[in-house]
Amino acid sequence: MHNNNSRGRVAEEDGNQEEAELSEKQKKEIAKWFLLNAPAGEIQYVAKDIRSVLDDDNVYNAAASEAFPSHNKSHLISLKLPGKSEDVLITSFGEINENEYIEPRTAQVARVDHVKQVCTEVRPATDEELPSPYVEDYRCALDAEIMKYVGEAYPKGVCSVYCARGKDVEEPGSDFELVVVISAARHSPQNFCNGSWRSIWNVEFKDDVQIVEVRGRMQVGAHYFEEGNVQLDAKHEFQDSTLFQSPDDLAISLTNIIRHHETEYLASLQASYSNLPDTTFKDLRRKLPVTRTLFPWHNTLQFSLTRDISKELGIEK
Amino acid sequence: MEAAMGLMRRMPPKHSETALSALLSLIPQHSSDLLSQVDQPLQVICDVDYGKEFILCEYNRDADSYRSPWSNKYHPPLEDGPYPSPELRKLEIEANEVFAIYRDQYYEGGISSVYMWEDENEGFVACFLIKKDGSKSGHGRRGYLQEGAWDAIHVMEVGPEEEGMAHYCLTSTVMLSLTTNNESTGTFNLSGSIRRQVIYVVEYNIMVFLVTG
Repeated sequence: MHNNNSRGRVAEEDGNQEEAELSEKQKKEIAKWFLLNAPAGEIQYVAKDIRSVLDDDNVYNAAASEAFPSHNKSHLISLKLPGKSEDVLITSFGEINENEYIEPRTAQVARVDHVKQVCTEVRPATDEELPSPYVEDYRCALDAEIMKYVGEAYPKGVCSVYCARGKDVEEPGSDFELVVVISAARHSPQNFCNGSWRSIWNVEFKDDVQIVEVRGRMQVGAHYFEEGNVQLDAKHEFQDSTLFQSPDDLAISLTNIIRHHETEYLASLQASYSNLPDTTFKDLRRKLPVTRTLFPWHNTLQFSLTRDISKELGIEK
Repeated sequence: MEAAMGLMRRMPPKHSETALSALLSLIPQHSSDLLSQVDQPLQVICDVDYGKEFILCEYNRDADSYRSPWSNKYHPPLEDGPYPSPELRKLEIEANEVFAIYRDQYYEGGISSVYMWEDENEGFVACFLIKKDGSKSGHGRRGYLQEGAWDAIHVMEVGPEEEGMAHYCLTSTVMLSLTTNNESTGTFNLSGSIRRQVIYVVEYNIMVFLVTG
């Protein structure tokens, strides 16, 4: 609470010494918990602090090597490819092995250092790592449309389209699945706030019914930390479907579906936010008292009197 | 300790209790610092004499007992716990009454407590606390919130200055947590705490309470 209190006696402190020292494994698990709960864009700061709290580099390194890869993948971080202009998204959909991630647009594979959050090397993807030309037609057309949309809608968005299932399907007759990943982050520590948007759209091509099913989940996070710590965590899911069409037509119609749901979600988020002061907060604290006038600090007696009278008369609420 | 406070500023506020207990187990040598510097959701217990709940905090605690603002007794009973002077206790009773009305007007429910004590510099400190559960199952009569909690702590330090002046230092902390969940917006969770401090030096016969939370 507040450190200006010197009054209360300190509660039994020797209780702590009786507790057995934490094992290294327990310490590592605690350190991992902190790293995994780091807000978007802040894991390096959390890492520095937890390292100093632990005061044990072996435990810290073990925790970091386990926590960073899952943090990077769940936050869909993007890393610059060395010597290129493209970014690679770190996501389980593009994961070849723990340290290698495919960048499908340019068919490159990036080798990453999870803890440093940098890409160290690039190599061309092998044929086995890429989808068949049939699937690639759909993937590439969708990627082009999504890129246009992300360019218009996100000031700093990174997107990729992956083949999640059936990448070896060569011709019509079998199912396959693409995944659209969009990640956008805005970090401005000088203004004490960070924010991130993540959306993942699974696109399932169902050949037998000639339908393409779309499932999307979006997650929005914000952290405000000027003399405080306030965090927003919002998520939502959507489902939709469209008819199986040619790669180009399908790309347009899928992008329209995604644009529609994301725009609606953003609008509803903005509505939730602007409703906060007038409605949502009312169940916690009103902006004005029930009387709709400011609280009369100089004349609280009138209220006490009314209350005393109601009490006397037994009509208290 | 600095690093530990850094971590508390970054962890999701809805997990602050887990974060605090994790830090307590990692650095037990700093437990009293951690417990006094990290804001945690307010707890309440019932004053058995008055059948009325009051808020627990560092300022009405002595060892493992807490003084009720209603009966002025420690719960559980304590033999030699400190009490405010009779004069200050009178002010404390009055402040509790006024603040209960204020709380009723702005919060439509909830629990409030005011504690006062003399400090070492011929001044006194007053702590105003409000706890409100605005969830569907609590006092949230409009049903906007799946889950909602508002805890406010205002600490006013008052000390005499020269020539009939006094300084007032107000530290306000508000802890908030709310979750809404509906078809169009999905899950929406906002939680956190904010602390602000203001200092005034005014003539002390003007008794101003600048509590705005």
